[in-house]
Order: sequence, then C-alpha cells, then structure tokens
Amino acid sequence: MARMTMIEAVRSAMEVSMGRDDGVVVFGEDVGYFGGVFRATQGLQAKYGKTRCFDAPINESGILGTAIGMAAYGLKPCVEIQFADYMYPAYDQITQEAARIRYRSNGDFTCPIVVRMPTGGGIFGGQTHSQSPEALFTHVCGLKVIVPSNPYDAKGLLIAAIEDPDPVMFLEPKRLYNGPFDGHHEKPVTPWSKHELGEVPEGHYTIPIGKAEIRRPGSAVTVVAYGTMVHVALAAAEETGIDAEVIDLRSLLPLDLDTIVQSVKKTGRCVVVHEATLTSGFGGEVVSLVQEHCFYSLEAPVVRVTGWDTPYPHAQEWDYFPGPARVGRALQEVMEG
Amino acid sequence: MNEVPHLSLHVPEPAVRPGGQPDFSNVKIAKAGAVPRPAVDVAPEEIRDLAYSIIRVLNRDGEAVGPWAGLLSDEELLAGLRNMMKLRAFDARMLMAQRQGKTSFYMQHLGEEAVSCAFRKALAKGDMNFPTYRQAGLLIADDYPMVEMMNQIYSNEADPLRGRQLPIMYSSKAHGFFTISGNLATQYVQAVGWAMASAIRNDTKIAAAWIGDGSTAESDFHSALVFASTYKAPVILNIVNNQWAISTFQGIARGGSGTFAARGLGFGIPALRVDGNDYLAVHAVAKWAAERARRNLGPTLIEYVTYRVGAHSTSDDPSAYRPKTESEAWPLGDPVLRLKKHLVLRGVWSEERHAQAEAEILDEVIQAQKQAESHGTLHAGGKPSVRDIFEGVYAEMPAHIRRQRQKAGY
Repeated sequence: MARMTMIEAVRSAMEVSMGRDDGVVVFGEDVGYFGGVFRATQGLQAKYGKTRCFDAPINESGILGTAIGMAAYGLKPCVEIQFADYMYPAYDQITQEAARIRYRSNGDFTCPIVVRMPTGGGIFGGQTHSQSPEALFTHVCGLKVIVPSNPYDAKGLLIAAIEDPDPVMFLEPKRLYNGPFDGHHEKPVTPWSKHELGEVPEGHYTIPIGKAEIRRPGSAVTVVAYGTMVHVALAAAEETGIDAEVIDLRSLLPLDLDTIVQSVKKTGRCVVVHEATLTSGFGGEVVSLVQEHCFYSLEAPVVRVTGWDTPYPHAQEWDYFPGPARVGRALQEVMEG
Repeated sequence: MNEVPHLSLHVPEPAVRPGGQPDFSNVKIAKAGAVPRPAVDVAPEEIRDLAYSIIRVLNRDGEAVGPWAGLLSDEELLAGLRNMMKLRAFDARMLMAQRQGKTSFYMQHLGEEAVSCAFRKALAKGDMNFPTYRQAGLLIADDYPMVEMMNQIYSNEADPLRGRQLPIMYSSKAHGFFTISGNLATQYVQAVGWAMASAIRNDTKIAAAWIGDGSTAESDFHSALVFASTYKAPVILNIVNNQWAISTFQGIARGGSGTFAARGLGFGIPALRVDGNDYLAVHAVAKWAAERARRNLGPTLIEYVTYRVGAHSTSDDPSAYRPKTESEAWPLGDPVLRLKKHLVLRGVWSEERHAQAEAEILDEVIQAQKQAESHGTLHAGGKPSVRDIFEGVYAEMPAHIRRQRQKAGY
C-alpha cells in the first residue's frame, strides 16, 4: 500500500495497465513529454516510450476519432480530454461512433476505449473549466459513465474501465485531485494522505463498474451523490446531525439501482445531489427511478440539490456550488416533509 | 462621404441548372499519359502540380498510355470489368427492389464503379477500408457474397446486422470493410487512427479512408489530415469527387480551393488527382499510394474525379437541381464502357462476350436475390427477432436493458 493523491492513483492505474497490456496507449493534449496539465500522465512516456504515450494536436474529435480507429484495430486507447468542458467537439465521435460501433456492426467491430476528463467546479474555473456534463453521456446508450470520489476508487475503477470491452467516459472531479473537498472553501485543504481512501495498493486491482458504495450508513434519509458531492453530503450529515445514509454511486451508467432502492426503502426519504445543472440532469433520472421503485416507502417528496440552471459563473463560485449548507437545508426539509 | 462600397455575400452556383445546356468546359482535363509518375519516396513539395492535374491512362481511343499504364494483366483487367458490371447490375436490381417495396432505401454507384472496384485490388488482405455508403465495390471486388449484402438491405432473418442498420450500411471485418455510419466524415479520422495503431504495433497493414466531395467540409476531414500529417500514418486518404452532394454542387464544399486534392498540400501530404472513371488510372494511383504507406513514407491524398450519374439515393430526384442530360455530357465518360473498349482493343474481349457476361451476371444477381428473399424482405417473410433490439449494446447486457427486454415480452 502507498499514500496516493487522486492524480497519483489515476497515473498508477495507467502505469499498471500499460505494464500488463502492451495494447494500452495513452494520448491527448500535453499528456506526453510534459505529463499532462494535471500531471496525470507524468513519467509514462519516459517509461513506455513515445508510441505508447504521446502528445496529440488540439483537436478533440481527432483524439476520439483516432482512438476509435485504434480500438477497431485491436488496441486499448485511454485518451484524455483536457477539461470535460472541451469534450463537445468530440461529442459526435463519442455518441454516434464509439457508443454505437458494437451495436451497429453486431459485434463485428468493438470500441474498448476510455476517455478521461477532469470535471466539476469549486476551483474558480469559470464557465469552461467547471462543467459537469455527465448527463450528456448517461443519455447515450452504449456508453459507460464513471465518476470516482477518492484515490482508491479512482485507480480501481480506471483499471476496470481500461479492461472493459466497451467505451467508458471517466470523469475525474479535479477539485478532488489533491485532497477531499466538502465544500468548506474557507477551511484549508486537507491532503489525501490524511484520508483512509488515500491508501492505495501499488499493483493491480479493480473495482467493478456498476456498483455503488455506501460511504455513511444511516437510517433517516438516503443521499445519492457522486464525485465531489459525496464529501459535501458527508459534511452536511455531520453538521445537521441527521442520520443520513450517503451512497457514492461511482458508476452512473450502468447504475446500481439495487443499492439505492434498498436504502430508500429503509429510510423512506431521499435527497439527490450533483454539481451539474438541475433541468434534465442525472438527478432527474435518479428521482424518477426512486419514485418508480420506492413509491410506497416514501414519506416525503424526493429533493434535488444541484447547480443552478445557469452557466457556471466565476465570481459567484460559492453561491453556485451546492455546498454543505444547501445540502444540509435539503436534509432538514425532507425530514420535516 | 463614404467611398467604401457595401459588402455582398458570394454564394457559388453551378454553371447550369435544370433546363440549361450541360456545360463542363470549366473542367480542365489532362491528356491521357501526360502526367508523370514520380518515385513513391518523392518529397511532397516536388509534386504539387499533381494536385491540380488529372492522372489518366486510357485515351479517347481506348489505349493505355503513359507512365501510369502497364500494371495490370489481361486477367486482372477482365476481372475488374466483371466486378464493375456486377456492381452495376447489383445496383439496378436493388433499386428495383426498393421501388417494389422490398426495402426502404437504396443508394447506387452508377458512374463511380471504377473507384471502389479498382482501389480494392491495390490493397492486400488485412488492410482496412473505412468506407462511406458509396463504396460497395470494395466488397464486390473482394468477393463478399452478394447474398449477404442483400440480406442486410432486406433486414431479413439472415441479416448479418440483425435488422439494426439502415440498408447498405454494411460491415465486414473479414473483408477489410469498417462498419458504415450514417454520420458523414467520422470514418475519415478513424481510418487514420487504425493506421496509427498498425504503426504502433510495427505491423505491415495499411488503412484507407473514404469521403465524398461534400463531406470534406466536415470538421473530421480536417482532423484526419492533421493527425495523418503529424504522425505520418500509413493511410490513403481518398476523396471521391462526384460533383454533387445531394443537391449541392461541389463548389459549395470546395470554395476557392483549386481542387479537393490541393487541400492536402497545406498539410504536407502528397496529393494526386485521378480520372475516377479510368479503371487503370485508379488502380495505378492507389497502388502508388499503398506502396508509399507500406514503406512507412506516410499518407497520400487522392481525389477521384468522377460524376454521380444516378440520384443521390432512392429518396432523391436530381431533375430538380441539375440538367437531366448532364451525365451524358460528362467528359470522362462511363467507366465500364471505357474499360470494355480497352479490352476489345487489346483483343481479349468482344461485344459478344460482353453481352454474354452481362447475361451471366444478371443471372448471378437474380439467383442471389432469390436466395436472399427466401430469408425475407423488409415487410414480408423472416425477420430478425425483437430480442435483437436489446443485444449488443454492450458486451454484457446490463440490468436496465434486460428489464426493458423483458417488458417488451422477450
């Protein structure tokens, strides 16, 4: 075991995967010699050579398009989009190509690629360094969508994603890269070295895609969260004293519906939280499934705490980011309901 | 006082519209044999002229002339003629099948048969094409069974794609034919990635990308050229310029660029322009580009100058936007008739043998059609299972799709 930040865990996952399978190639903007703007690929080119880890032109559809072609050949590309906010030029390749190749060719061709992209806000990233576009992927049949919340999961899930036979969108909350963040921006950041999930095995292990994890068992209300919001939800539970059960989804697609349903049937209440905007966000899907499967167990309306339906602002960062105070108020609201 | 004139928007127009006299006087056509054949390791900047000329082998009299001639044997040329005739007969039957309601949709290759049929013969087993919807000659020339193509077109119980795909969106890994997508240009950059993978693996296989004149305006065309250029990918970047993108004449996509081939020059990619209706020229140029790719010399861009004689698809009526007789005025003629003439001149073919071959091929196509129809057509007979809707979205069916399949009753 070693102490790792989320960045180091992500890097370790690629390093381990490249060592086990010489078909794994890593490329993207600045990921080669420089090792990535977040240092996620540092040292990979030096260790595995320029044809296994290399810099790409600034062209997201080109990165995805070539990755799809490589996967059709038989490689396992793990590519990086520098910020999730810049995946849009690649959206055609992701949704109409990567997601559909197995289906439309009846398995004649497949697309085992991983697309890593730093996501989420809380870093004064403004409009194009803060977005959470996961709902634009979960609506696409044929994709898998993962958002880890800690170093241990990030490594195990990324290795699983690289080994998965289908395309995986791997969204890394950049606010969590160096330490857990519960929304208390006024407090100093604690590093992952002080967190139990910063303990990461150095070798190979996987975490199954499609399995959620209960981060805090509780009996009063179920909080469904992922990414940075897991830590915010945990803080809100402690601060309100409400005995919330906090579920970290980890995989959004496929979704671990059983864990959610089991929990809500027990608590009778549910709050769904995400950084992404409200309308048609992934929370809408969770709420819909909860009412469909837990209707007779519910004792209050299901509540969503999310980013506002606006572009992500700069100056008003902490009035936009759904912090522990807002989540706490929602917990109190459903307990009264 | 403002002396600056008001601006006006330039919108290109084809020379002639319906009712007008077809006019191709603006198409500059080099004489057969006039364009030199450079060494495959030539520096791209030394052959910039080739992006503005047209490489041609067959002259007006049907003779094969010049430095690009002499690569194919009688047998290979006869096989080429047969493949083009087969594709044409296949198209005609499937067009009719669509009109008879046996399928929903079809797109023919009329006038463009030489491009895909001749190109396929320049590739080796294991090479991979990333085709558009108008290169079925790649399958025909590789002896992919016509019955399988028809099963796909009919979406019947034997459809290799289980009824999931629109007709003609074939897929065959074994025949080096990547799954066709409805989204234009996406495959162009995927081909570059496949070629990069072959280079990463130190393999000997090469890739071929395909795009039409209209789709070169898509951003993935640019993406493909950037990546191919940067990594010197072993890929042949084909542009089939058939003058038309549905109703839009090629000038809308080409803009002020002299030719489509010339677009390669800015990327440092050697670019050739070839008579797309000349089987010998298409094959010679493709072979040149394939050799360059195989020798790790990098990508080549090829523009095939041809003409879309048929409608864009069975949902299109070209008389609404171009003169009805325009294809007859097309100066590069008909690829089948030109190769036929050449073979007659060579003394290995005749009118009688041609008529006989036509009859044989028609019979072959009809037999295949009967066989395919025994497995059903779109609205009659055997069809894929409803279960097939849900299979293959992922390698393993996730719980939510299984629940939906059960809800559908399967």
